[in-house]
Amino acid sequence: MCMDITRIDQIIDNHNAEQSSLIQILLDIQAEHHWLPKQALDRVAEKLDVPMNRIQHITTFYKAFSQVPKGRHQIHVCMGTACHVRGAQKVLDVLSDATGIKAGETDAELKFSLETVNCLGCCALGPVMVVDGEYHGNVAPAQAADVLKNYE
Amino acid sequence: MSEFVLQIDGKEVTAREGMTIVEAAKTAGIKIPTLCHHDQLEPYGACRICTVEAEANGRNQLVAACVYPAEKGMVVQTKTEKLAKIRKVLIEQMMAHAPDAPQLLELAAEYGADRDRFDKDPSFCILCGLCVRYCNEVKKKNAIGYIDRGPRREISFIPDVAGKECWDCKECFPLCPTSALQAAYVLTEALATPPEEPQEAGCACTGSCSGCGP
Repeated sequence: MCMDITRIDQIIDNHNAEQSSLIQILLDIQAEHHWLPKQALDRVAEKLDVPMNRIQHITTFYKAFSQVPKGRHQIHVCMGTACHVRGAQKVLDVLSDATGIKAGETDAELKFSLETVNCLGCCALGPVMVVDGEYHGNVAPAQAADVLKNYE
Repeated sequence: MSEFVLQIDGKEVTAREGMTIVEAAKTAGIKIPTLCHHDQLEPYGACRICTVEAEANGRNQLVAACVYPAEKGMVVQTKTEKLAKIRKVLIEQMMAHAPDAPQLLELAAEYGADRDRFDKDPSFCILCGLCVRYCNEVKKKNAIGYIDRGPRREISFIPDVAGKECWDCKECFPLCPTSALQAAYVLTEALATPPEEPQEAGCACTGSCSGCGP
């Protein structure tokens, strides 16, 4: 088994196993594993005494949660209007070529997940791409692939 | 418990505190159409077919009678032209999902709804939540729940729980206002798909755990 169940327990205990902290616990697990493995959800359901259908409802409701494995690095490309007119599609195409995956996919080595977002709120920086929460503004399509070289 | 009088369709109706408009109307023999309402379950207000005109404190509002509490001196209208129009559209929208549901066909005939008005998207589910709520509240098994959101929201059985609980229960099937087949279909589908094996799905560790070694 891949997942460290004691670590999951630790995350749950950090929130005192409170039902009202369900989403926070799920977010912590998501942050650590980049997705929500089934055993982790089973454990959360058991420890918090929350029914699985509720957890499933929540994890499928929010885009922040993933029920399939995600890469170690999350790439978000802004496709909002301002970024769009400044060539976001070209940036996305370059990233797609560099990683070999389309938007919404994860590569086989679980290195990158590529995702599009609709606006990051920093339109003056467009086109914007975000890797693991780090913002890269005014990225020319030619530079976009270089940004990824800093991530292993 | 305190009792009070309100008016529904011109009739004086005595209601107890905490009663909803639907419940109060029922005691007076006035029938308000409902789809997502069930006596054993908490009010939900999903289908809005029970919408009525309620006048209280000088304000006339459109409210869902299954969730709105009856108030003292309230004047409720359950059959007006405005309501018939609203219900008609609601039925037409639901029929885009479940065109052949008996309850909907009945209501459609009553309100003159055109089942082909909107493009068909036959999910067969109108998301009334009866199955989900019945399982949660009455059976307390939590075998079925919602997944996803917005236009993609649908009901889904939890395979682990459903595999154990559902075969001998199936009490939710007849509750379904659209078609019990829908529930059966989703159940079979969920059970036919085994839970994902974590090893196959890919391991997020860096090869340090016991399951990932060569």
